[in-house]
Amino acid sequence: MADTLAGTVNDGAESIPEFPMPRADSCPFAPPPALRALHAETPLTKARIWDGSTPWLVMGHADQRTLLADARVSTDEHQPGFPHQSRAMAETLDHRPPTIFNTDAPEHSRFRRMLTAPFIFKRVEALRPAIQKITDDHIDAMLAGPKPADLVTALALPVPSLMICELLGVPYTDHDFFQEHSVTAVSSDATPEESQAAAGALLNYLMGLIDTKLTEPGEDLLTDLAERVRAGETTPPEAALMAVVLLIAGHETSANMIALGTLALFQNPEQLALLRDTDDPKIVAGAVEELLRYLTIAHTGQRRIAREDIEIGGQVIRAGDGLVFPLSSANWDPDAFPEPDTLDLQRPARHHNAFGFGIHQCLGQLLARVELQIVYGTLYRRIPTLRLATTLEEINFKHDRLAYGVYELPVTW
Amino acid sequence: MRVEVDEPKCIAAGQCVLSAPEVFDQRDEDGIVVLLIEEPGAELHAAVKDAAVLCPAAAIRLVGE
Repeated sequence: MADTLAGTVNDGAESIPEFPMPRADSCPFAPPPALRALHAETPLTKARIWDGSTPWLVMGHADQRTLLADARVSTDEHQPGFPHQSRAMAETLDHRPPTIFNTDAPEHSRFRRMLTAPFIFKRVEALRPAIQKITDDHIDAMLAGPKPADLVTALALPVPSLMICELLGVPYTDHDFFQEHSVTAVSSDATPEESQAAAGALLNYLMGLIDTKLTEPGEDLLTDLAERVRAGETTPPEAALMAVVLLIAGHETSANMIALGTLALFQNPEQLALLRDTDDPKIVAGAVEELLRYLTIAHTGQRRIAREDIEIGGQVIRAGDGLVFPLSSANWDPDAFPEPDTLDLQRPARHHNAFGFGIHQCLGQLLARVELQIVYGTLYRRIPTLRLATTLEEINFKHDRLAYGVYELPVTW
Repeated sequence: MRVEVDEPKCIAAGQCVLSAPEVFDQRDEDGIVVLLIEEPGAELHAAVKDAAVLCPAAAIRLVGE
């Protein structure tokens, strides 16, 4: 029974399940039923991915934390046997130089420390008024416009995009150019050529802007990076690439959380009412953690490779074995979160793995939290009658994108 | 309870600040951890234990409690 659910392929004596598995139409928020069944059977087992290789699927919350924090577990995608996300990622390997994503300590530390200053607690807290204003302005514009509205284009996409602009130090006059190319660079509607052209235009633009900041500094990341270029710690192309990486990593993720979170709240009206009617910032903050856990939009499994043999849970991971970490498995692990299929905004959820774990844990997570606290804390209060202008069945979900979400969210009020 | 922080390991995630802002801060230039109180009082112990568990880089060590 479990074999059928997991879609196993009979491989001689062993049945090895395929990964990824499909979500159920009936519940677009839950992890794939076959993944949950597999986890219940055995939290650490091999699975077959797109190229026929069989990396370890690490599903338990505790095991994920143990291994993601282990120095023997590497993100170096150039290692033979690395379990790439897709054929496209494997084939474009040579186009990707070392970055914060694909290096281990100590190289990783160098990249990371060049980018952390704008994301520290003090600095993201100082952005609250700006984020609140951007949110309110976009809600005003949506309310003044036609019904139904698409929450994705009206609010979910522009708020994070404008915040990245603020953070990077993109001048207001260039916001439209920046947003247009950012949307294309990450868009699923764009052709690969269009995406690459947009990314290229952004890289050139950012290199020019870094140059400008050398003589006209601001209080922003591009100025920080310009200083590091001046100090010989990095080069303009490397700095521009880091900025584009931040843009892409932080853009669609927050946008998806805003839209998908709104949809999840529509399906859980008591939870929506709790969030809408509260004055307590602690409740809003807790709700954000639970939505991060419940939705786990980074849903394709974090990819790693073992540098040495590792013993865990009575098994031995061999040096050179691939590792896949489906974060939703950890976030729906009943040992870590009782009754995980319940969206309970008041449960303690800070120990979720939605931002990953280990040295690569999301760089922008403090900013993401503040953005989501403000948007979730404002939208339903300002539009108490906000509701879905279609049915759940009509919604198109980003099943095949790196970050899960919805393509559009028609809403009315 | 004595708190030790491992600066080279720290990745500036700031989770410790969210858990126990009285005990942990981040330095301005790169967000690396700053330990404010080496021996926090009993009322802070639960929050400090949270901080140690949640630190993604295992950069917080608690000694003798």
